[in-house]
Amino acid sequence: MSAHVIDSQVIVQTEHKEQENYLTAGYSLKSWFLTLDHKRIAILYLISVTAMFFVGGVFASLMRLELMTPQSDLFEPDNFNKLFTMHGIVMVFFFIIPAVPGVLGNFLLPLMIGAKDVAFPRLNLLSWYVYIVGAAFTMFTIVSGGVDTGWTFYTPYSTSSSQTHVVPVVLGLFITGFSSILTGLNFMVTIHRMRAPGLSWFRLPLMVWSIYATSIIQILGTPVIAVTLMMAGLEKVLRIGIFDPNLGGDPVLFQHLFWFYSHPAVYIMIVPGMGVINEVVTCFSRRSIFGYRAIAFANVGFVVFSFVVWGHHMIVAGQSVYSALIFSILSYLVGIFSAIKVFNWTATMYKGSISFDTPMLYVFGFQGLFLIGGLTGLFLAALGFDVHVHDTYFVVAHFHYVMVGGLVMAFLAGIHFWWPKMFGRKYPESIARFSMILIFAGFNLTFFPQFILGYLGMPRRYASYPDEFQVLNIMSTAGGSVLGLGFLLTAAYMIWSLFFGKEAGKNPWKATGLEWEKTTSPPPTENFFETPTVDEEPYNYANRDFTKDFNEEVKVGA
Amino acid sequence: MSDDHSKHHIVQPSTYAAILGALLVFTVLTYYVAFIDLGVLSNFVAMGIAVTKGALVVLFFMHIFYSTRLLWVVVVGSFGWLALMLILTLGDYVTRHWDIQQRIFF
Repeated sequence: MSAHVIDSQVIVQTEHKEQENYLTAGYSLKSWFLTLDHKRIAILYLISVTAMFFVGGVFASLMRLELMTPQSDLFEPDNFNKLFTMHGIVMVFFFIIPAVPGVLGNFLLPLMIGAKDVAFPRLNLLSWYVYIVGAAFTMFTIVSGGVDTGWTFYTPYSTSSSQTHVVPVVLGLFITGFSSILTGLNFMVTIHRMRAPGLSWFRLPLMVWSIYATSIIQILGTPVIAVTLMMAGLEKVLRIGIFDPNLGGDPVLFQHLFWFYSHPAVYIMIVPGMGVINEVVTCFSRRSIFGYRAIAFANVGFVVFSFVVWGHHMIVAGQSVYSALIFSILSYLVGIFSAIKVFNWTATMYKGSISFDTPMLYVFGFQGLFLIGGLTGLFLAALGFDVHVHDTYFVVAHFHYVMVGGLVMAFLAGIHFWWPKMFGRKYPESIARFSMILIFAGFNLTFFPQFILGYLGMPRRYASYPDEFQVLNIMSTAGGSVLGLGFLLTAAYMIWSLFFGKEAGKNPWKATGLEWEKTTSPPPTENFFETPTVDEEPYNYANRDFTKDFNEEVKVGA
Repeated sequence: MSDDHSKHHIVQPSTYAAILGALLVFTVLTYYVAFIDLGVLSNFVAMGIAVTKGALVVLFFMHIFYSTRLLWVVVVGSFGWLALMLILTLGDYVTRHWDIQQRIFF
């Protein structure tokens, strides 16, 4: 190709780069609903999971309202059963599991590895549609009367006694599972096959390692839950004896198979969140990550060990005491990998030039809350203690500290961090910090009293309780209000910023990484004006001159 | 991708025929072994034959024998993962009742 032709291409690309990006590439509904652009699909996921988060949040609010008084005065116990079930199903399967992979994973993965798109763009769009079909089944269940089994669908109640809509919701989850599998498959192939020149495995941002680990768990685990729920559905409809003892089945088998997926699912939720933390903590500490390889391999450790600890959910469920002992020991071991990460993030901050922008505040929130969530997990892995607090609010508080305190904090850190990249505009920093403090305070006020309630013996999933628990329950409900306010405020200023936010420029955080340094904000449809090459380690903040303008134009060919 | 295709191993029809023959032999073997009382070994023998047949299918009909190391890792990892599920689940069933445990191990 002659120099003349290259020059003319450079001119054409330079002229168009400011006007055209993936958001302005088309305005019709068709351009969104039939898009193959991973960034647009990420936005579709963002809207979907946010909507589901608010649906799940409404159920949570109604539950907390009921629990303000010891009597079941707002809802009948039967309806309360439906409330916590629908809250769990919507939040777990339609918000937490797809949130980070679906939104941040989709948006960032190709950008971080210097690719134009994911390996299978059509499959990627199909994943979103499959998710929507599954969500539609679940929404149908909600409006047609709900389901009351708990999000765990334990047999034989779910297959024999429950008179609610078990089959449509199980079908919905079966369908949604395929979305998760297809996304995982797509991401794995993308990471293997589409990395930019020079981007070796140990130069990948740790977010990519996290997404890779998550994808393996999705591919290996999700078919098991799909088949298990299908068997439960078949038992309910056709009375085939699989789990119901009256039909010759074994209810504990259901729990084995259910938790074989659903415990690793906790890592589908938290591992990509941890990936976000790596990116944010290095940027706002201006330091390279401490212990890159240790963190990378901790992800692999999560993949392996997440699959061998499920029995700690079944310690009092009738499984063998020897099994319980083995699962207890294995559950302690999985804490090692969390500890590696938390210690390394702390070491990354040591002597760093730390700034307190909103994403970093969320990282601090994550560190503290995940620590409490993780350590109380070790309490629960101890056989004797677990017998005492099993099925109490202690467990509820524990997993909310991991999932909301961990994952939601990380998700919000990531959304704030990459918002300028996604939409080219900055959110209002002061309100965002205030909102983070509201969420952090509201969260602790909601869930810390639940540790005490559980330790004192208040069981989960009851609409009424003894009078002496009322003060702590009122505290929890009050905290829920603050938490809800924080989320609403966040949604409000984020939407506001789309229209009125300050122009962000290419790299407002002066961050390293291909998505920040090699493309515009928002990026063009094909991500980069030319394929980037990588010739340095990730998080190379030591080699950056922070006095220069990081928002300078993307030089085509630079 | 073109590199992968150029390295793609072409399996001779005779290999497929030999594997088919082996599978048929094992199938017949499964049938006749079922008539022999091997006590507690019955399950192990039946499963052994089934696993061997499965391995032949995966290795030759699914071309894993001629594939890259990455695919070997995927296959071995997948079966190892399945083994984890079966071993830990069956570990519960085997040890759930003390008397059964006594009969098997003591």
